[in-house]
Amino acid sequence: MDPIEIIEGDVSVLDRSDVDTDQIIPKQFLKRVERTGFGEFLFYDWFRDGGLELEPNPILVAGRNFGSGSSREHAVWAIQDFGFEAVIAPSFADIFYVNCTKNGMLPVILPAEHCRGVAEAGRARIDLDDQTVDYAGGVVRFDIDEEVRHRLRHGLDDVALTLAEEDAIRSFEQSGAADRGPVTTSL
Amino acid sequence: MPKTLFDKIWESHEVADGLIYIDLHLVHEVTSPQAFEGLRLERRRVRRPEKTIATADHNVPTDGTPAARLIADELSRRQVEVLERNCAEFGIPLYSLGSERQGIVHVIGPELGITQPGMTIVCGDSHTSTHGAFGALAFGIGTSEVEHVLATQCLVQTRPKTMRIDYSGALAPGVSAKDLILATIGRLGVGGMAGHAVEYAGETIASLTMENRMTICNMTIEGGGRAGMVAPDEKTFEWVEGRVGAPDDLDAAVGRWRELPTEPGARFDTEIDVDATTISPMVTWGTTPGMVVEVTDVVPDPAALDSPADRESAERALAYMALEPGLPMQEILLDRVFIGSCTNSRIEDLREAATMVDGRRVAGSVRGMVVPGSAQVKEQAESEGLDEVFRAAGFDWRSAGCSMCLGMNPDILSPGERCASTSNRNFEGRQGKGGRTHLVSPKMAAAAAIEGRFVDIRDWG
Repeated sequence: MDPIEIIEGDVSVLDRSDVDTDQIIPKQFLKRVERTGFGEFLFYDWFRDGGLELEPNPILVAGRNFGSGSSREHAVWAIQDFGFEAVIAPSFADIFYVNCTKNGMLPVILPAEHCRGVAEAGRARIDLDDQTVDYAGGVVRFDIDEEVRHRLRHGLDDVALTLAEEDAIRSFEQSGAADRGPVTTSL
Repeated sequence: MPKTLFDKIWESHEVADGLIYIDLHLVHEVTSPQAFEGLRLERRRVRRPEKTIATADHNVPTDGTPAARLIADELSRRQVEVLERNCAEFGIPLYSLGSERQGIVHVIGPELGITQPGMTIVCGDSHTSTHGAFGALAFGIGTSEVEHVLATQCLVQTRPKTMRIDYSGALAPGVSAKDLILATIGRLGVGGMAGHAVEYAGETIASLTMENRMTICNMTIEGGGRAGMVAPDEKTFEWVEGRVGAPDDLDAAVGRWRELPTEPGARFDTEIDVDATTISPMVTWGTTPGMVVEVTDVVPDPAALDSPADRESAERALAYMALEPGLPMQEILLDRVFIGSCTNSRIEDLREAATMVDGRRVAGSVRGMVVPGSAQVKEQAESEGLDEVFRAAGFDWRSAGCSMCLGMNPDILSPGERCASTSNRNFEGRQGKGGRTHLVSPKMAAAAAIEGRFVDIRDWG
């Protein structure tokens, strides 16, 4: 995962609410077992039949509740592979937001009026250290969980970080706290 | 301080700050291949295979194909075969195509008795919230998180906010759990539960069966919720008892489970009250589950909506659905009816649908299909003669799988076809490119199949 510090450039605008991950990457492309090459299938039906056009700029501005529905991480892989490095929206669906952060893709929550402002400005500069979006309409601060910000900023691998907690995991297991639930291998 | 059901489960699973332990990890073929590949690349193992279980459901044909190698579609075959290889390599139990325990992942967990109160349960599938019906904390995750759980048995999580929706009064005859959750999402909006673990509570919920509670928790994600939960009670304990995955010492387990329900006076971040007696049979008209009205209503007019964003969404949805404002929902003509999916494919759902079709015929203009949620549900239904009821009415009786809920297998709508579906998503193209989906309860779907249009089942038959 590449560290994120500054994301700056032109913005593409998808002015629709509740865009679900079925639209971002339709089901027929979920049969691939690879993690790469999804960019050409982004918004497959909307690009081909729906009249939607988006340039692969660094920043995508979208409507509220972006990425709703299916948990498919393929949606993030497609957006990233297409060329976007950050998505700015008034709100995101929870699973999609987390999936972004696991792939070095920056989700930025801004009030709707600033999303419109960035869309109109056509260009923005996102600073992850300052947690700000700088555009023609001003400089606006955004919230992000500090631990999530830290990991994105330094491109850290979650699995490696958690494996470093081996002592804590082992003592949790040895305390008996992990004994809940079935043993699936003996059903 | 009094604690909520969510608080108790969360706090008993915190390994470290922001790191929670996972008691059960459910795996399927679509969201796992890249996770296993990630393990291989880093030479990592699966930390606790005995807390992991897999099945094939999204891709499988429902025509009775008995083994993965016989799946006709090459990409689907490859994905299920890759799952089989991965599970063998990493020592994970798998119920693949041909197994008598195969089925939709959210149907087989409860069916095997491995979904139990107080557990943390995750799966690379947004409808994992289904398992919360047992008083578990269960939620969907992405593929990176699947890999994380495989490698560490833990998950990095920010603590969600809590919401309680308190339902009072009895559901009217003909009104089901599906209508209750559709009405709730219609009221709160598809982002209304975002960021929250939602507890469904109150006398209405207490009176519902486990199947009903699963239907409600299942659709939590359609309201944007992180997890849906119901306090465990005698019905929960009875469900688990006698199943293959039930605890050896059930009495001791039940003793612990009785401690789980939310304590009086516990605080939620958001509280909502709903009078369940006012809920009617619901039908969606648009392309999100929140675009829903009562069956006696008409297709809404976007011009009547306040916000420009809502208006634009509604206009787009109506154009896609080929519907005009003002058209009575009961005049919408159907081409297909689908009874199935992790929302409504359990034995009780099939029994309810069967009561509506018994002795009747599916309308000549409609193709109807019934897809049991698991091989065991199929067997149970056949032992009760439900398959004969459906077949005699003209329905296609299929084998277990996700089927036409998401169109990753041969069961899909053709462009322009209109379907009454007991599934959970009416997104554009969800059931097949250009397909038009209306979400309803099993009884509503069954009656719609007979009439070829939606009917108010409260005064039908």
